[in-house]
Amino acid sequence: MNSTVVMGTESVIKARKLGLVFQTKDSPVEALKDVNIDIEQGDFVSLIGPSGCGKTTLLRIIASLDKPTAGDITVNGMTPEEARLQRAYGYVFQAASLYPWRTIAGNVKLPLEIMRFSKTEMNERVKKVLDLVHLSGFENKFPWQLSGGMQQRASIARALSFDADILLMDEPFGALDEIVRDHLNEQLLELWKSTGKTICFVTHSIPEAVYLSTKIVVMSNRPGKVVEVIESSLPRERPLDIRDSPEFIEIAQRVRMGLRMSHSYE
Amino acid sequence: MKSILPITTVSMAIVILWYGFSVVLNSTWTKDQASRAGVEVTFSEILKDTMVQQRPLLPAPHQVIIELWDTTVNKKITSKRSLVYHGWITLSATLLGFIIGTGLGVLLAIGIVHNKAMDYGVMPWIIASQTVPILALAPMIIVVLYSIGLSGLVPKAIISAYLSFFPVSVGMVAGFRCPDPTQMDLLKTYAAKKNQLFWKLRVPISMPYLFTSLKIGVAASLVGAIVGELPTGAVAGLGARLLTGSYYGQTVQIWSALIGSAILAAILVGLIGLIQKHTLDRMGLAR
Repeated sequence: MNSTVVMGTESVIKARKLGLVFQTKDSPVEALKDVNIDIEQGDFVSLIGPSGCGKTTLLRIIASLDKPTAGDITVNGMTPEEARLQRAYGYVFQAASLYPWRTIAGNVKLPLEIMRFSKTEMNERVKKVLDLVHLSGFENKFPWQLSGGMQQRASIARALSFDADILLMDEPFGALDEIVRDHLNEQLLELWKSTGKTICFVTHSIPEAVYLSTKIVVMSNRPGKVVEVIESSLPRERPLDIRDSPEFIEIAQRVRMGLRMSHSYE
Repeated sequence: MKSILPITTVSMAIVILWYGFSVVLNSTWTKDQASRAGVEVTFSEILKDTMVQQRPLLPAPHQVIIELWDTTVNKKITSKRSLVYHGWITLSATLLGFIIGTGLGVLLAIGIVHNKAMDYGVMPWIIASQTVPILALAPMIIVVLYSIGLSGLVPKAIISAYLSFFPVSVGMVAGFRCPDPTQMDLLKTYAAKKNQLFWKLRVPISMPYLFTSLKIGVAASLVGAIVGELPTGAVAGLGARLLTGSYYGQTVQIWSALIGSAILAAILVGLIGLIQKHTLDRMGLAR
């Protein structure tokens, strides 16, 4: 069932029998069990599932923010921790989590300061990524002066600023309204095409997952497991109205079926 | 401008209340004097007398204001009768103590936030230190320091620091612990070092706490400096003014020294407030 590694492409993220058990006061909670995934260079992979299925946990393990208790995982052929120390990925959190005492430019600069880029390089990169997310002209605004959608775009710019090959996104548009979300989805696709990054994207929206992804990982809860991996047959070029095409609807159907099979409502 | 009316109302109420108490408290002496002389006094005579006594139980506000004016504006600032001279003596000890106390408080907070052993080992002592009455401790500090050749400014500054490090260390521990998990995780994804976490996150996020702590700290410093002046034999300083005033029953002098130190504290706290406003404005944190 799992896609085998295609000749010539190396898995950027590869997990085998990955598991994580949280020790809580009353009883251990199995957040992830026997998870196998392969994410290749340039993939746009969505992790979709009901809340509590461990999709965020999986993303945090890839980012080495959480440690698995079973199984193996490599990122760029290294342990996640080694990859993190080499700054292999940019992470976008559910909330924009911009530092309120820094301007938009200051926030985008934060990783660059930590990675000790030169001043001229910093300014160039800030300008470039703010351009990329259409936030030019807002450099000197403070986060609270921007709308929620703009804040999230700034946080994406921040994750892009140091040009890591992998972008990990944890429900970045979850708190935004439908109109803004559509718009940002379009922009994200554009960005993915122009930068060629590998993106791992957590969502609980079926249309969002189908619209964006080349590969959709459907997960179930208690314990968090991968139920199905759906390879999208949609072309890379995706105008918004592709969502009305029969192909799109068929893939969405498959995702919905996968979620329904796995999901008990007790 | 809306606040002018309530502020004047409250100030007026305090002044009126003060005058009322002056009349009531000082009238005892007036009546005593009258009965000794065997004369009757009318209410208006009592009223008049309670406002101008040499050693009133509670001096009337205008007596204090006249004394304040007299000992600041009408005296050379080098004169021992000048409140500015005494104020400066106390202020210099306050400022030195405030700097030592703030530095110590911040250093302790850094240690406590970064080190579990310090958190458990030092925090209880910090709290215990403040349960000892400073009035009991001050003479011992002065005596001990005198025996190693330190007198004058330094012992007072140390007592002042003893009072002011506490609000700063407790406030800054809270401030440094402010970052939420996501803000910490963010820096982790950049593989930030511990010192980068400190300077890029803990320090800026704790700024509002710092200024609040400094305001409490500077007021405590002033109290410490005044307390430090009491057991030294009352040579100079606002504390000395209080002490000599009470030796000689000069209540007007006591009250003017009290009001003087209150004004000094208000100025110090106000200055920190100004710096706070300026800094937080620039950081976009003052909305």
